[in-house]
Amino acid sequence: VSRWRFLQGGSGALIAAAAIAVLPFFIADTNEYRFAFVATYFIAALGLQILTGYAGLISLGQGGFMLVGAYVTAILTVDHGWRDLYTIPLAGLITGALGFLFGFPALRLRGVYLALATFAIPIALVALAKKYAGFTGGVGGKSLTRVLSGHTAYLTTWPIAGAMFLLAWLLLQGKLGRSFRTIRESEIAAVSSGINVALTKTLAFGISAFFAGVAGSLYAIIIGFVNPDTFGVQLSLLILIGVVVGGLGSLTGVVAGAIFVEYVPLYAPDILSWAEKPLGSPLDPKRAGAGAAVYGFILLIVLYAFPTGIAGLLRRAYKTVARSSYTH
Amino acid sequence: MAEFVQQVVAGLGDGAIYASLALALVLIYRATHVINFAQGEMGMFSTYIAWALVANHGWSYWPAFVFTLGVSFLGGVGIHQGVIRPLQRAGELTVVMATIALLVILNGLASWIWQPDEKVLESPLTGGTWSIGSVAIPKQAVWDFLIVLVCVALLWLLFNYTKVGLALRSSAIDPAASRLLGVRVPWMLSIGWGFAAILSAVAGMLAASAQFVFTPAFMQVTIIYAFAAAVLGGIESPIGAVLGGLAIGVTINLLGTYFPGEISPDMRLPVALAILLLVLVLRPSGLLGRTIVRRV
Repeated sequence: VSRWRFLQGGSGALIAAAAIAVLPFFIADTNEYRFAFVATYFIAALGLQILTGYAGLISLGQGGFMLVGAYVTAILTVDHGWRDLYTIPLAGLITGALGFLFGFPALRLRGVYLALATFAIPIALVALAKKYAGFTGGVGGKSLTRVLSGHTAYLTTWPIAGAMFLLAWLLLQGKLGRSFRTIRESEIAAVSSGINVALTKTLAFGISAFFAGVAGSLYAIIIGFVNPDTFGVQLSLLILIGVVVGGLGSLTGVVAGAIFVEYVPLYAPDILSWAEKPLGSPLDPKRAGAGAAVYGFILLIVLYAFPTGIAGLLRRAYKTVARSSYTH
Repeated sequence: MAEFVQQVVAGLGDGAIYASLALALVLIYRATHVINFAQGEMGMFSTYIAWALVANHGWSYWPAFVFTLGVSFLGGVGIHQGVIRPLQRAGELTVVMATIALLVILNGLASWIWQPDEKVLESPLTGGTWSIGSVAIPKQAVWDFLIVLVCVALLWLLFNYTKVGLALRSSAIDPAASRLLGVRVPWMLSIGWGFAAILSAVAGMLAASAQFVFTPAFMQVTIIYAFAAAVLGGIESPIGAVLGGLAIGVTINLLGTYFPGEISPDMRLPVALAILLLVLVLRPSGLLGRTIVRRV
């Protein structure tokens, strides 16, 4: 990585970090609470970015790993009297170990087969959490005692999210990051350069699950309640959407992707209401499903307009500005 | 023994629905190398069209069934031309995301247009049994199985014995050479999507009657069985998809009958996926898939 690219990437991350640091002064408590959820999606999507964007392994199971983290926190806090924040590292490690183990069967698979196999993670984990109700509280879920205000939730999640970002960045700077990228580009090249492909791939799964575990744990803490159905296939898809919209292979872009998945569904019905006034609509925009339909369309448009994600868009804009400042 | 036969027949009925949807996935995968996550929702949407014709416009079942297949074909062609074809130069993951966006759109539109409450698709196939000795065979399972079998047979004839079928196959195998020979490849791929839409419509309409009531979410479990079936057979193998679907239907029904304690209804899907994972570890390209030899 040239020093120029380094500065460029670093400045993006610094601007994002500064924005997140001052944001609580400008937004209402409900939005701070929403941004706390953005932080959890961000952490989970960072893990998936490492796995998919860097190591090139597609996973549709990141939300399932979040379930494990959330339940580790819920069970330790409710049944064993731990302080909720202290459970976060353990939640990450246990989930990471599970992800590492999942990496072994996944070694045999590639492409489509891998993507569809990872689909099994959330489905299996949700069903298991329901079946072993004595341990997990079953369908009724488990309530944590602490109730967080939006402000506290924001201040709890974002410093951890920042630390996780740094961790991801440091991991990818070193030898491991280079190994991931080599495997993504060509496994054969990786083997011939002496990279232990099996170990690197399982590590990618483990690291990605570690992030999901931390995200799930924080999710449980800020929402104060865990229930298996929260962590179904939809959550996994949501996080994948966050990674792709943010831009594959960009850690900073993940922030934008995480904001997208939290806020666009929220405002989708309003967008429809604005469009309805001048255009008229045969259907009531407030009816069920309207928001989802519009959200889907927005997602599709974003995929067409920015096939390299929001990060790719910003990179292009930056290049245009840089070039015009030289030619003058 | 009577129970065993009954459960096998019921399993073949369920399996036929998975097989139909799995075959749709395979057709699309072979044509455009995309896993279509929206396949189940396409079937769901078709089912709502059939339901609206029957319930709101007074059509009887079979005309509505056939008309829906026609609309679905056009819908499939339209989705390929409008959504997938513009993205053909984009990365694999972008196209996957587009099908996920399509899933969200179709699901949202169905609740928006028809409301998300439970609907009943009145079907002449529902209910009743045939008694053969002590064995009571559910009629619906037999009909489901036969209808899917007829669809598969018609498709097989079309692919193997018509000029369009030849063009369809050649477009999937070698688009460049087909183009040079005068085949209009993009439209052939669209027709592939159209047939896939028909198969998913069949699966949707049969599943809606088999489950008695349906909501916009009713295909979301079926599609996962269909994924499992397609992968089990090998994602490029049509025969594999059909056999995979039937195998999963029968296996799940038998396991559910003989191990009711361990394999309760909400454990069926994870068990099916666990079996799938086991098969994949032993045979990474599915049971009938080719092992692809990669060049360095």
